[in-house]
This record gives sequence, structure tokens and C-alpha cells, in this order.
Amino acid sequence: MRRLARVAVAVGLIALAVGWFLTRPQAADLTGLDAMSGDVARGAWVFDAAGCASCHSAPEAEGDALRVLSGGRGFPSPFGTFYAPNISPSPDHGIGGWTVADLANAMLVGISPDGAHYYPAFPYISYSNARLQDIADLHAFMMTLPVSEQPNRSHDVGFPFSIRRGLGLWKLLNAGKGWVIEQPATDQIERGRYLVEALGHCAECHTPRDALGGLDRDRWMRGGPVPVGKGSFPPLVPSQLKWSAEDIAYYLETGFTPDFDSAGGAMVEVIQNTSRLPPEDRAAIAAYLKTLPDGSADE
Amino acid sequence: MKHKTLLSAAVICAIGGLALADSHAEGEFAKQIKARQAQMTIYSYNLGILGGMAKGEAEYDSEAAALAANNLAVATTIWMPSTWPQGSDNAATKGTRALPAIWEKFEDVGAKSQNLATAVAKLQESAGTDLDSLKAAIGPVGEACGACHKPYRAEK
Ligand code: HEC
Ligand code: HEC
Ligand code: HEC
Repeated sequence: MRRLARVAVAVGLIALAVGWFLTRPQAADLTGLDAMSGDVARGAWVFDAAGCASCHSAPEAEGDALRVLSGGRGFPSPFGTFYAPNISPSPDHGIGGWTVADLANAMLVGISPDGAHYYPAFPYISYSNARLQDIADLHAFMMTLPVSEQPNRSHDVGFPFSIRRGLGLWKLLNAGKGWVIEQPATDQIERGRYLVEALGHCAECHTPRDALGGLDRDRWMRGGPVPVGKGSFPPLVPSQLKWSAEDIAYYLETGFTPDFDSAGGAMVEVIQNTSRLPPEDRAAIAAYLKTLPDGSADE
Repeated sequence: MKHKTLLSAAVICAIGGLALADSHAEGEFAKQIKARQAQMTIYSYNLGILGGMAKGEAEYDSEAAALAANNLAVATTIWMPSTWPQGSDNAATKGTRALPAIWEKFEDVGAKSQNLATAVAKLQESAGTDLDSLKAAIGPVGEACGACHKPYRAEK
């Protein structure tokens, strides 16, 4: 038993050494970002489409308070509970001192200004497909938001998940995969793809996860149980969600299902964001969802 | 006005009766649970009429819209605390999606009902004027429904 333990330790150390190299944080390709200037009004659109407020506003914030990004909401996962940080423009407690490049690295590759990996509770796997110009606009907008001096709460995650470096390995498996629907048939579907796969990060809830918490791209948007607690995320593929495109768009605007029940659960906050988008965006999201493969060919 | 309200109340009772007939609650609080679910069904029914027009599935009919908005408004004034007895939550009994949190934060639940009444009052003002006003006023109603379902109703 002892010997086995020693071998295990040795193997572990070698793995660590290899891992140390493989898991080093690498910055995103930010070519062209320098030349871009941020447009505040467009940034507000990116902010709504990407749903930043749903996670970074204070717990139970409503109305105007949704724009005070003090952080503090908890996100339970099988690996522990993560707490969203303060991302208001406070230089001390938020991201007031961040450059556009800092924000781009955080959103595109999940890396902090001092080079640490972020946990994927921050949905950078989805945001990795965001356009640089949109991030520049978002940065400009976020710097206009109210300052909060709320200190960050540390995550409640046990060993080994508490080691951020280990996330590098997870990223090797899950990051940088690009689009799921590679060839959108129309411009509208392409717009919908951008809103769903990248900014809207809809798959973070509506796509089932593998044992390591990665999105199962082969079962894209097919729903599944909530990872912690009761309930489930409904499937959005057309064979299972039989709503018309108009029904989907209307739901994203008002929260009303086709039988005029109203949305509940985590979707309520998503709808707070999608209801602020222009109608063309909601129509594009619906058009994209209507074209999703339902897996009947491979099952 | 009084006449209209009376009529609405009659319509509500009739629809309520229908809803009562097909709910599945059983046990000590079955009646109360059915009654409160019936109130929700009345909301959905009237919103279906208004929403059908807002979505463009039905032609805009200002009279029918005004009537549905009126019914909805009346339904939000039905206050039946007796239908929310302690112990009728989904942890304690079957056939309900009401979460125990309702009884821990009863005041907040009241505030959320009040928010719905406010949004519905606006809808009541505008539903009968024209389609665009109806469309604009229905969104906040949906938001008010969702704001209460999120913390207080269990997922299916
Ligand atoms: C699903 C919830 C969620 C959403 C949506 C979300 N975030 Fe986060 N975010 C988090 C969590 C959790 C962390 C903490 C990650 C960590 O510590 O590794 C985080 C971390 C961050 C950080 C790092 C802050 C720091 O102090 O290092 C930034 C910046 C950030 N998010 C910006 C954004 C922006 C901008 C958006 C919208 C485009 C957004 N987030 C959307 C959950 C979310
Ligand atoms: C934080 C998790 C989460 C995210 C992110 C999310 N959803 Fe949802 N979604 C849910 C939940 C939970 C429900 C079930 C709501 C209910 O019970 O009323 C739902 C329901 C839905 C439904 C109705 C399906 C049905 O059968 O009732 C649609 C359509 C939908 N979501 C679309 C989207 C789109 C589009 C996005 C991205 C813009 C998105 N969702 C992002 C959690 C999420
Ligand atoms: C103050 C809180 C609150 C508000 C506001 C509210 N609901 Fe509900 N709703 C609930 C609760 C709690 C339940 C679960 C009741 C139960 O199962 O016992 C429910 C259940 C429902 C149901 C399912 C009824 C059934 O037969 O099981 C529907 C449909 C519904 N609500 C529609 C609406 C609509 C539409 C609105 C807005 C016009 C709305 N609700 C506003 C709290 C609320």
C-alpha cells in the first residue's frame, strides 16, 4: 500500500511537471485591438446580450441595481461554490484599473491581468467567440457604470480545485473549440449563432456537461439536469421544443410561453436581458435555435 | 364600471371552476391549492387573449382586449390569504409547486403581487386604445409574473 502510494506520488510529480508546462496561461490574440475605440452605446447592447449583470450584480438586485456590478452572487457547482467578483469601475475593488486588453484576455481565454486562470463559472468558454470590437465597446460602457466598493468574497472550493493552475488542464480539454454550428445557412442564423453561442452563453445551462464539467458539444442544447440541486434545464432543439420561431422570440421578449404561463427559475434573469435587445436579435436567436440538429440521426 | 367588474367576477368564477376541475392536488390542502392555481390560470387565460393579439396571431380587437385586461386587473385584486395556509408548500404536500420560501418571506410575496397589480393597471389603461400600447404594456406584466415565479415557484 505504502509503495503504491510512493509510485503514485512519483507519477503525480511527473504529471505535475508536464502539467506545469501544458497548463501555463497563454494570452489571447489581440491583433487590431489597439486601433479600436469603444462605443458606449454599442457596449450597452453587448452588456445586455452577454448577460454580465445576471451574475455580477448584487444578490437579488432588481431594476437599476442590476447595473451596480458589486458581485457577491454564489454559484454552486459539483466542485464548490464560486462567488462572482466586483467588476464595477472601482480601482480598488473592481476593474477600474483594467485596460481593454485585460478585459479581452479575461473574456476570450479566461486569464487575469496577473496571468492566473479563471474558473469556468465565468463563462469565457462561450465568450471566447466574442468579437474584439464588441469587447472594446463593452469596456467603454462598463467604465460608465456606478462604482461599488464591495470587497470580493473568496470562493468556497476544496483541494484540488482550489489550485488555479490545474485549470490549465481543463482548458486544454474544453477551451478554444470555436463554433458548434460551423456553417450557418443565412446571415440571420449567423447573427443568432453569435448571440446564442458566444454572447448569450445559452449553452452554459441548456447543454449537458461531462464528468469534468465541460460542455458536451455532441449533445448541444439538448437540456439536462441542473448540476447541483433539483430541476432541469429544458432542451431547445426543435424536435423537443416545438414552439414556433415567433413563440420563442416572444418568450425572450416577455417571458410568456405559448400557453401564457410565465418563465421561472434562472431563465427569468436571462429574459431580463433578452427583453432589452432589439426585436431582430430575438428573431435571430429563434432562427438559430430552429436549425439546431436534434441528434435523431446519431441516436 | 361596477357592472363590468361584476361581469368580470362572474367570468372569473366560471373559468376558475374549469381550472378546479382539472388540477391534481390531493391531501389536507387540496382545495386551497386548487383555488390558488385557478387564480393563476385566470391570469394565463386573459393574457392569452391579449398576447395572441400582441403576437399577431389574432386580430386586434379593442373591446376584447379591454375586457381581458379588465378581467386580469380584477383577478389581481383577489386576495385570498386562506388559500396559502402554512404547510401547503411543495416540501410538505403534493400537487403544488409553491416553495417553502413563500412562508418565510410573506411580505416580499405581497410586494411582488403588488408589482403585478401595478403593471396590470397600466395594461388596463392601454389595452383598449391601440395595438402598440398593448404591446408595450404587456412586457412589464410578464416581468412581474416571472419575478415571483423565480424565487417562489419550483421548476417542473
Ligand atoms: C454565469 C455567471 C457569469 C457571467 C454571465 C459573467 N461572469 Fe464574470 N465572472 C463570474 C465568476 C464566477 C467569476 C470569478 C472567476 C474566478 O475567480 O476564477 C467571474 C470573473 C470575472 C472577471 C474577473 C474579475 C477579477 O477581479 O479578476 C471579469 C473581468 C468578469 N468576470 C467580467 C465579466 C463580463 C464583462 C461579463 C459579461 C460579458 C461577465 N463577467 C459575465 C461569473 C460570471
Ligand atoms: C442560467 C441558466 C440559463 C441560461 C444562461 C439560459 N437559460 Fe433558457 N432556460 C433556463 C431554465 C431554468 C429554463 C426553464 C424555465 C422555467 O422553468 O420556466 C429555461 C427555458 C428556456 C426556454 C423555454 C423552453 C421550455 O421548454 O420551456 C427557452 C426558449 C430558452 N430557455 C432559451 C434560452 C436562450 C435563447 C438562452 C441564451 C440567450 C438561454 N435560454 C439561456 C435556464 C437558462
Ligand atoms: C406573488 C407571486 C406570483 C405572481 C405575481 C404570479 N404567480 Fe403564478 N404562481 C405563483 C406560485 C407560488 C405558483 C405555484 C402555485 C401552486 O402550485 O400551488 C404559481 C403558479 C402559476 C401557474 C401554474 C398553475 C397550475 O395550474 O399549477 C401559472 C400558469 C401561473 N402561475 C401563471 C402566472 C401568470 C401568467 C402571472 C402574471 C400575470 C403569475 N402567474 C403571477 C406565484 C405567482
